[in-house]
Amino acid sequence: MTTAPAIAAPVAEVGHRPRSARLALADRIFRSLTGASALAVLLLMSLVGAFLGYRAAQALHVAGWSFLTTASWEPDAHHFGIAAVLTGTVLIGLVAVAIALPLALGTALYISEYAPRRLRGLLVSLVDLMAAVPSVVYGLWGFYFLQQHAFGLSRWLATYLGWFPLFHVDGADPRDPLAPLTVYKSSTLIAGMVVALMVTPIACSVMREAFSQAPLGEREGAYALGATRWGMIRTVVLPFGRGGIIGGTMLGLGRALGETIAVFMVIAVVFAVQPHILQNGGSSVSSMIALLYGSASAFGTSALMAAGLALFALTLAVNFAASAIVARSRSGASSDI
Amino acid sequence: MTSEVRRRTGGARTGDVLAAFWAAAAAAGLTALVFTQIAPFSGPLGAVLLWYPLFLGLYALLVWLAEPGPAVRDRVAAAFVHSLAALLLVALVFVIAYTIGRGIPALRHLNFFTQDMTHAGPLDPVTVGGIKHGIVGTLEQIGIALLITIPLGLLCAIYLTEVPGPFARFTRTLVEAMTALPSIVAGLFIYATVILTLGLGKSGFAAALALSLMMLPIIIRAADVVLRLIPGALKEASYALGAGQWRTVWHVVLPTARSGLVTAFILGTARGVGETSPVLLTAGFTATLNASPFHDAQVSLPLLAFSLVRSGEKSYIARGFGAAAVLMGLVLLLFVLARLLGRKREGSR
Repeated sequence: MTTAPAIAAPVAEVGHRPRSARLALADRIFRSLTGASALAVLLLMSLVGAFLGYRAAQALHVAGWSFLTTASWEPDAHHFGIAAVLTGTVLIGLVAVAIALPLALGTALYISEYAPRRLRGLLVSLVDLMAAVPSVVYGLWGFYFLQQHAFGLSRWLATYLGWFPLFHVDGADPRDPLAPLTVYKSSTLIAGMVVALMVTPIACSVMREAFSQAPLGEREGAYALGATRWGMIRTVVLPFGRGGIIGGTMLGLGRALGETIAVFMVIAVVFAVQPHILQNGGSSVSSMIALLYGSASAFGTSALMAAGLALFALTLAVNFAASAIVARSRSGASSDI
Repeated sequence: MTSEVRRRTGGARTGDVLAAFWAAAAAAGLTALVFTQIAPFSGPLGAVLLWYPLFLGLYALLVWLAEPGPAVRDRVAAAFVHSLAALLLVALVFVIAYTIGRGIPALRHLNFFTQDMTHAGPLDPVTVGGIKHGIVGTLEQIGIALLITIPLGLLCAIYLTEVPGPFARFTRTLVEAMTALPSIVAGLFIYATVILTLGLGKSGFAAALALSLMMLPIIIRAADVVLRLIPGALKEASYALGAGQWRTVWHVVLPTARSGLVTAFILGTARGVGETSPVLLTAGFTATLNASPFHDAQVSLPLLAFSLVRSGEKSYIARGFGAAAVLMGLVLLLFVLARLLGRKREGSR
């Protein structure tokens, strides 16, 4: 007890010592170097945004609100809008997600719950590899293989579910066996199927990560209460992974909306609102840019940038919503030993 | 007296496997019956679509004969999950095999790798001409893009993790937002600024800039995640020994994160190599080898694959698939490299 003041005394003598000493020269150089590159990145990104916004504003100023409601694209006649291409983009994204969601969910569940432990690493690598396969490869496959073999499915859907507006096909006659099949070619559905293969691995890896974080204690608790494996998955894994499922699906949707080359190869771009997903012809913002950039005038380029900016805003909103959902379902940002 | 045998608790039981097998056989028989005798169906896709629900139903029936309700649901759900995973893997293998298979007529010939398309007319067979110009273009463009993105991205990621504050937070949010930038819009930006405004002309360098713009946010984010995973105690130990921030980063943070950072960079490279749309707007197209990225058009492999198949000529299509297969081989190589380095990290921990 008596030694306590003796120890405290020297500390008191030092007085107000600043908690952080003046940075050494090397540290100051380090800080300014990394700070400068962060600033450069920041400026670069802002420049992209500002330039896109500035050029897009020129086009938007001319088009006004009709930019959102006009379907045709004639920028040099000052009559253009993204009603058609944005509808097409969203439809392709929704078709892709509708196919990718069950595939990704099933694969993620298989890898995290059913696969033998030895196979798990290999399967994870395969799914990651699938995400890295270049989009032009999927585009080639979609154009040369899927296009030729998806007629049956399209015709079947159009024949039996044609009363549903989405599946209606103009010019298709189910009673005529010799009817040309070209009405089913280059459709939104086929583009969506190709994009689905591209976004499944992204959604799958987010979901798998969420599933593998379901706490072991609750899993064992479910088993101890007599649950089957599916019962355990339904009551423990799926509720815990709900954020991952929703977030992963939305991340996939964000990727699907921005996909260019695979869609551009498959689809025949039309500038009209095309709600029939089985019908020949569709559109997406990105394939419109790829199609028209070369022949566009200066104002036409601005109009394309406005469309690109609208697409960017859409993917941005979807991505931020997704990462917010994923982050909320995940605990702890940093780790320790 | 028998010796005790350890009971196997995991894995499939013989009864379930047999039930699945006979359900599959019975469903196949029923499908054949429907297709040949009852209804005017045809086509392999329709057969599979009819067979699968029949299989699930019959499997449920067989299990139900011996087991209670929850067990039936368990088996059917397991079968369903297995088949979804199998479907995805089959699709992946099929996409890859299809590309290689259709590229083989071109890939078989050595000239495919050693010549460009200067002397190959539209009607020439695949024994003339190749994709050398695409391979050179891809390597140069991705090389320039990496020269830009790796130093800038790494320094920025270090700043984000080591110097936290409102500025770092803002930059991180902006970088995260930029990962959503569609690659075609990145290409359009470079097209409008570098090519139209600055008048540099379509070149490999412009394509490399577009690729950098697309890869930079991806690489920063991946590196940021890797750096944030470094245990705080390691850094604190370094500071406690009297090291400054620079020495801590150089001697503790970077060595610890090295393999993770390399993996992040390689995966970012794999993403960039395969991108077509930014290159489509900025690189231009040429049939001859152009080794200089700063003058005139320069093609890359994905752009070459895309352009070749669009011409519709048979030998061109084979060459296009061949280019796609070579590109995929490149991505696979990068990917295996990343995995090997990543595995080493796990082993050393």
